Amino acid sequence: MANIPLKVVHQYLRHDKKFPHVWCAGCSNGIILGAVVRAIASMELNRDDIVMVSGIGCSSRMPVYIDLNTMHTLHGRAIAYATGVKMYKPHMKVIVITGDGDCTAIGGNHLIHAARRNLDLSVILVNNNIYGMTGGQCSPTTPHQALATTAPFGNIEPEFDICKLAIGAGATHVARTTAFHVTEMQRYFQAALEHDGFSLIEVVAACPVIYGRLNKKGGAPQMMKEFRDNSVPLTAVDKLPPEKVEGKIIRGVLHQETRPEFTKSYADLLERVQTMGDK
Amino acid sequence: MSKTESKTKKTTKKAAVKPSAKAEVKAKAKAEETKTQPESKIAELQQDRERKTVIMQGNEAVSYGALDAGVDFFAGYPITPSTEIAEILAEELPKRGGVYIQMEDEIASICAITGASLTGAKALTATSGPGFSLMQEGIGFAKITETPCVVVNVQRLGPSTGMPTSPAQGDIMQSRWGSHGDSPAIVLYPDSVKECYELTIRAVNLSEKYRTCVVLLLDEVLGHMRESVTLPDMGNVRIIKRIKPTVPPHWYKHYDENQKYLSPLASYGEGYRFHVTGLTHDQHGFPTNKNNEAGDMMARLRKKISYNIRDLVQIESYMMDDADIAIFAAGIVARSAKAAIAMARYEGIKVGLLRPLTIWPFPDVAVRKMLLDVDTVIVPELNQGQMINEIRRLTKDKSESDVIALQKVNGELISPAEILQKIKEAI
Repeated sequence: MANIPLKVVHQYLRHDKKFPHVWCAGCSNGIILGAVVRAIASMELNRDDIVMVSGIGCSSRMPVYIDLNTMHTLHGRAIAYATGVKMYKPHMKVIVITGDGDCTAIGGNHLIHAARRNLDLSVILVNNNIYGMTGGQCSPTTPHQALATTAPFGNIEPEFDICKLAIGAGATHVARTTAFHVTEMQRYFQAALEHDGFSLIEVVAACPVIYGRLNKKGGAPQMMKEFRDNSVPLTAVDKLPPEKVEGKIIRGVLHQETRPEFTKSYADLLERVQTMGDK
Repeated sequence: MSKTESKTKKTTKKAAVKPSAKAEVKAKAKAEETKTQPESKIAELQQDRERKTVIMQGNEAVSYGALDAGVDFFAGYPITPSTEIAEILAEELPKRGGVYIQMEDEIASICAITGASLTGAKALTATSGPGFSLMQEGIGFAKITETPCVVVNVQRLGPSTGMPTSPAQGDIMQSRWGSHGDSPAIVLYPDSVKECYELTIRAVNLSEKYRTCVVLLLDEVLGHMRESVTLPDMGNVRIIKRIKPTVPPHWYKHYDENQKYLSPLASYGEGYRFHVTGLTHDQHGFPTNKNNEAGDMMARLRKKISYNIRDLVQIESYMMDDADIAIFAAGIVARSAKAAIAMARYEGIKVGLLRPLTIWPFPDVAVRKMLLDVDTVIVPELNQGQMINEIRRLTKDKSESDVIALQKVNGELISPAEILQKIKEAI
């Protein structure tokens, strides 16, 4: 994995536009933005051929800062807009930046159907376990019993396992990491961009100002330490006793398979239909 | 709205009163057809379909109109009574190298066509009332980001699931005000199968020219009604494509104020690397909270429509020269009205018809002229009173009793006899 100097990262940012960014101090979104840029830079992709689409939420503010073709769309609909882009120009790399509420609550339908089609989108799902932008309401990934402004007595709902959801729906490349594991994150982003099919990378992220404060997680450094200590790489899961795995964040490429990619299937259909007409 | 009115006053009445949709796509001699050599696969296929008089449904006419207008991307979701449009395009678009995709719902459909349009496609979707309601947020996004796209709404009786196979004109106000916030609309309303074809082309053209979401309202019966249509020679069909930027990327403004509100539009992948957002934005497309920039953006959306009323508004004026009574009707109801006019004229009653082909922006100038010229206006419509209030809005110099309502919302059409009865009551 190429080591990308900060100078190069800066070339990918829209400095003269809308900085400083909107994120709180200690937010993981900046770390993730850096990893996305380094992944793109190290792959030496043509920037004009990358489209970054996002929905609504804290993480979805990311595209405005990166000098790519960018689209900041409606709440939950990033994947639907990305579907239009990818279907019309299949050679373009389409990255979707979305959050846990954006992608699995309001946008859950688009997630499962894009996964089912195996459309070549690289979905980066920033999971901070809460609705940060609106001030701390519980999301489908807020842990059971955790506090949120709309769950003041503890969340009684069970939470989604996003990766399992994506695998069940048919995603062909699914991985999970945390905001602490930056180089791993960059590696996973590169793998997602290289994968020919629907890929979803769940990044467990820290929201110290809202989720952390409500749930007494300490500040950003404490939350990062928790990601370090409370996560287990997939390769180590089998070697560890079950009690050491229980309740931990499992990191790693959780699923990888080869299945016909949707724009390729569509191209095959076009060829079939058009040669049919010649006979 | 008041600003729009004051602007319309200045526009010449001549242009507003002339029905020019037909001029746009007039059929020409067959000899012309043989002269043009097919250049691409698309052109070849279009000539293959014999351009003679054919019998077709309104929904079919919309589909072929879309193809002839250059639509190469369709994303949709099945819903009665618009499904035939999706079915035909599922078959025809792949033959022409275009994209057809059935989405998971109508929300995804409007989002996908907007995404495709920003990538360079001419994109269209078709739906009916319930799906149209779901699309409203996406229509607002297409309008604020000034992205061309067309939504065909084959109206059925509502609210909710209503009567899926029965006609109603209940979405006239939704097509204008359905999306939250102020967002001026362009909405076209055909009355025949031929006009379905013509106005679909016009809708695509206007969406490209004005960079906005254009809605085509159909009546259920029109979508499913079969009529004979003579399709024009493609050489006579005027196709408008969006203006492309010629400036280097660092000069490009996604919303260029210098271009009289009709600014060039780059596509993703052309090197311009622009940003679009549903947030209030500046000229470059970046989000802003500055009040002056927000005000400018909102003004731009409004002026884009109001400064071009003459280009947008089309009406048909039928037997209005000597009329004492006018009927104001849109879509299929205007067909009943024409039959009623024939019956009334046979009995010596002077009745005429004013019909909007463009229902939004509303043809204020023509309606004001009508209100001055006649004693009584009858407004038959298949809803509980949507257009009639627009007429009443313009009656400040006349008493309200002169505007008579004829409304029906039971899934049946308004018959010529019912309109004739109203005419007789009005004398």
